[in-house]
Amino acid sequence: MHAFKYHRAASLSEAATLAGKGEAKLLAGGQSLVQAMKLRLASPSDLVDLGTLKELQGIKSDGRTVTVGAMTRHAEVERSAEVKKAIPALAALAGMIGDRQVRAMGTCGGSIANSDPAADYPAAVLALNATITTNKGRYEADKFFTGLYETALKPGEIITSVSFQVPKRAAYMKFKNPASRFAIVGVFVADFGGSVRVAVTGAGPCVFRQADMEKALAAKFAPESAAGVKQKKEGLNTDLHASAEYRAHLVSVMAKRAVEAALK
Amino acid sequence: MNAPLIGARIERKEDYRFLTGAGQYTDDVTLANQSYAAFVRSPHAHAKIKSVRPDRAKKAPGVLAIYTGQDLSKLGGLPCGWLITDLNGQPMKEPPHPSLAQGKVRYVGDQVAIVIAETEAQARDAAELVEVDYEVLPAVVDGAKARAKGAPQLHDIAPDNTCYVWALGDKAACGAAFAKAAHVTKLEFINNRLIPNAMEPRVANGSYSRADDAYTLYVANQNPHVERLLMTAFVMGLPEHKVRVVAGDVGGGFGSKIYLYAEDVAVTWASRQLGRPVKWTSDRSEAFLSDAHGRDHHTVAELALDKDGKFLGMRVKTTANVGAYLSTFASCVPTILYATLLAGQYKTPVIHCEVTAVFTNTVPVDAYRGAGRPEATYVVERLVETAAREMKLDPAEIRRRNFITEFPYQTPVALQYDTGNYSATLEAARKLADVAGFAARRKASEAKGRLRGLGYAAYIEACGIAPSAVAGSLGARAGLFEAGEVRVHPTGSVTVFTGSHSHGQGHETTFAQVVADRLGMPIENVDIVHGDTSKILFGMGTYGSRSIAVGGTAIVKALDKIVAKGKKIAAHLMEAAEADIEFDRGVYRVKGTDKKKLFGEVAFAAYVPHNYPHDKLEPGLNENAFYDPSNFTFPAGTYVCEVEVDPETGKVAIDKFTAVDDFGKIINPMIVEGQVHGGLTQGIGQALTEGARYSDEGQLMTGSFMDYCLPRADDVPSYQVDTRETPCTHNPLGVKGCGEAGAIGAPAALINAITDALGVKDIPMPATPQVVWNALRKN
Amino acid sequence: MAVKISMQVNGKAVAAEVEDRTLLVTFIREHLRLTGTHVGCDTAQCGACTVDMDGRAVKACALLAMQAEGASITTIEGVAKPDGTLHPMQAAFKENHGLQCGFCTPGMVMNAIDFARSHPNPSEQEIREALEGNLCRCTGYHNIVKSIAAGAKAMAAGK
Repeated sequence: MHAFKYHRAASLSEAATLAGKGEAKLLAGGQSLVQAMKLRLASPSDLVDLGTLKELQGIKSDGRTVTVGAMTRHAEVERSAEVKKAIPALAALAGMIGDRQVRAMGTCGGSIANSDPAADYPAAVLALNATITTNKGRYEADKFFTGLYETALKPGEIITSVSFQVPKRAAYMKFKNPASRFAIVGVFVADFGGSVRVAVTGAGPCVFRQADMEKALAAKFAPESAAGVKQKKEGLNTDLHASAEYRAHLVSVMAKRAVEAALK
Repeated sequence: MNAPLIGARIERKEDYRFLTGAGQYTDDVTLANQSYAAFVRSPHAHAKIKSVRPDRAKKAPGVLAIYTGQDLSKLGGLPCGWLITDLNGQPMKEPPHPSLAQGKVRYVGDQVAIVIAETEAQARDAAELVEVDYEVLPAVVDGAKARAKGAPQLHDIAPDNTCYVWALGDKAACGAAFAKAAHVTKLEFINNRLIPNAMEPRVANGSYSRADDAYTLYVANQNPHVERLLMTAFVMGLPEHKVRVVAGDVGGGFGSKIYLYAEDVAVTWASRQLGRPVKWTSDRSEAFLSDAHGRDHHTVAELALDKDGKFLGMRVKTTANVGAYLSTFASCVPTILYATLLAGQYKTPVIHCEVTAVFTNTVPVDAYRGAGRPEATYVVERLVETAAREMKLDPAEIRRRNFITEFPYQTPVALQYDTGNYSATLEAARKLADVAGFAARRKASEAKGRLRGLGYAAYIEACGIAPSAVAGSLGARAGLFEAGEVRVHPTGSVTVFTGSHSHGQGHETTFAQVVADRLGMPIENVDIVHGDTSKILFGMGTYGSRSIAVGGTAIVKALDKIVAKGKKIAAHLMEAAEADIEFDRGVYRVKGTDKKKLFGEVAFAAYVPHNYPHDKLEPGLNENAFYDPSNFTFPAGTYVCEVEVDPETGKVAIDKFTAVDDFGKIINPMIVEGQVHGGLTQGIGQALTEGARYSDEGQLMTGSFMDYCLPRADDVPSYQVDTRETPCTHNPLGVKGCGEAGAIGAPAALINAITDALGVKDIPMPATPQVVWNALRKN
Repeated sequence: MAVKISMQVNGKAVAAEVEDRTLLVTFIREHLRLTGTHVGCDTAQCGACTVDMDGRAVKACALLAMQAEGASITTIEGVAKPDGTLHPMQAAFKENHGLQCGFCTPGMVMNAIDFARSHPNPSEQEIREALEGNLCRCTGYHNIVKSIAAGAKAMAAGK
């Protein structure tokens, strides 16, 4: 790890000021960033630790939305009675991230801000039509993820919370990379009664919505509706573990299984 | 009298320290005035080094010294311990293997310079500042392409990148056998390159004392005396008594810590230049690029059968990729440890095997758990299972028809099996695996839309390496005996010094069981010491499942001497003739009387010799022995694997894995089962999840656990294991060794099960979901 | 660049000045010389570095020491009773031969203890899933799974 200057932010505004400096980066749970720094793949000049900012922590549910503070750990979302009641698929998704030690530290905001193409949370954000609140404003999910490790966030902008809309039913199915345990393909299906949102992570350079599946599922929310839609392989990732063609195939399979799970 | 300890499930003596964080692994050793090293490694698979400029790095904070290949140019190269003689009677090509590159780098990770600083972080920071100008050359990484026309050449002395072309067996007789065959089964496959990944990365901490003019090297290593011998005699030109090698607690080896590595030499050498201890701790990324890899064979294999499924002959052609340089035992793995095992458990009358070893721009390949024998078992057991399917024979039945049933048995590939009972393990495994119920389970799977398959592997291995005379005649450049010392203390407790090395095997318990059982004392009274050349008289170390068969026997031989000397002392104490003294588990008796002396009393008399036969005996009770086995041992067994495949995703789930092994006599069944579980998981890893992959340019693409899939707990099932016992005929304990069996037998059993499930002839390893899905689509 | 840090480790207050970039595991191993916590990888996957931070098992290689400021840390050295009696989970590993080379063991035990607090009677599948963040190359997990099942029961019984 290269040397850097560590800052513990005392307030959100201090964090924002510090984060605007030079090559500074925000430190949430650190489960991705610290790894990248250890491998010298990331070398920020300054790290601004959000760990002590209480206002970024916690879970609130009002029946229509579940709001997760940006610094809420995956383990808290996984075990939260409120989340389990309102959106069980979201709790389940949080429980599939990394491993239990990673979930004890990793945060919702950190994961979303990182926009890793194979991360789980972005699928939930997109499928549950979440609103991302920052110290400067709000983003609709559809406008937040802009590319590979890229989001609409501006330098120094800090996610404070994410509000997920409560669907009628939903499920997330993940086909794990056997080595890294990130998603080779993860599909989040959310039925809002009338409209359906399907978000796919792991398959492409950035999380995306599968519009054809949404249409088919809106017409009939059944496994075969999802299975009947073939994902195009063009634009999908190819790596050691999965070709674009295989990923495209898995999108249909995972979507079908997600619908099956949502109907249970 | 204590209960027998041999065969008892005794909890391990070493566990308390490991469970409380009190183990002392090499990285836990920090010496006074410690300095830290980082290596500058080649980012290119093949390049000329035009210049190395350390000036900027030297000015970085905390930097103490930087050494390059030039500084080490007077040292010898890393030696290879086994000479293979090729088809034409010529010695194999042994290119220089420098500790720091001399003008050329030949794989990504090749060491270019060592940077030493006050802290590890400073050393790493500075290593990035060393400027190396490379002239990048084309690279070759695929063993099958290394001999092609126009392939990049690695070493001037090895034309066509060929280390040797070697053969074993009667080629003409083999041809004749195939000519009269009713059926020939042929397979062509790759035995995938594996990266050992012991959980403890390698560490070396060298220091030099000017006062004693002596070096100490703390190193994570499986055989400290061999490490010392190679380093002193071949590389550094030092007298052995001036170098102490300590390998304390070692966090797993699996072969990867047998070898003398460049880093070991560099830190030891540098410690004298610098006058400070120099520690290097590999991180995992470095381990992927610098620990010797395993396997990497390309093989075409054929089995000839008569109309009844009797084997008539086998011929095998293998290209073995040995990587960029010859690692310590690289040359014998794809030859002596491979071709000699191709008889398997069967009476195949003629076998011919030709092996071409080639250099490529990849990490050197050497022995990894099983070493040659997993590759051989894979050849034999894939051929046998495939032949059975092609001839519509039950795979168990085709094995029964061909099993060796009379011993000793001379194979056509040099080995003589002393004993075994192959149908016993086969039938036991079938029962334990409930093969009879498979058809019903398959139906149930089909009803769920899943595919179920079952596969066997009946493996054999040659362990207890090795009879030195035999090994020597085959090219070994060292003896392969083992040494042990039994030191009885005046009050009767015992310290045993063994040349074997435990890095997970539990020798501190198993060996103590052997000693305590013989001497009739509680196991708490026996301590086992290993891993320090200043304490142990000599040792060849631990690999090839040799520790109990060779190291354990050396201890038994030393115990024989202890017991014999004790008899003389007891005879004197009881005023009886030595011939009338009997010894049984701690008690000396005068035959036919009730006179007795306890072992402790005899030991005390040896050290407080007031009443002692001084005219006939020296005082003291301390004996050592060197044991050189008269033959290999031949553990064997049958594995049955049952899988369920999700055809939509290609994911394979191992539903049941059954292993019935014959390891001869067993000292501690709990430990033996643990060895089998671990071996099986590594074998399953090879077949299902693991495989090193290089890009065409020679970049290792599976360079971390993010891409190289080590099996996790949810990738494997709980195992069903059992044993059958035919005691080894040529060592006093009747033991054969158990450390590698699982890794040897598992891959073939698993691939046989997957191909059965999918209804395909073959599938490459590792059979990842993508690979299985591809196979299903093609079908 | 240096920062001041203080925390509780195995019930003892510790304070030091460290480089900003110091990882928690480096602080524990190099500064406190508690070498039972191990480093087996550099991608936060092997779990050999697992310690307990304020009642949660975390990977000490994936945290800066500064992220543990003010926290209460328990390492493998702090698990047995002061008189040396093994914790029920440690004892279960010993009884079930849940370790071989011992290198992954401290991380396994630390994760297992945390897991067992919320799973007093875990199924085999739950245990295997809970070990997703801990690699072992020796045991094939078979006896680790048995150890954790037994250790969880023993912990629950001892409450």
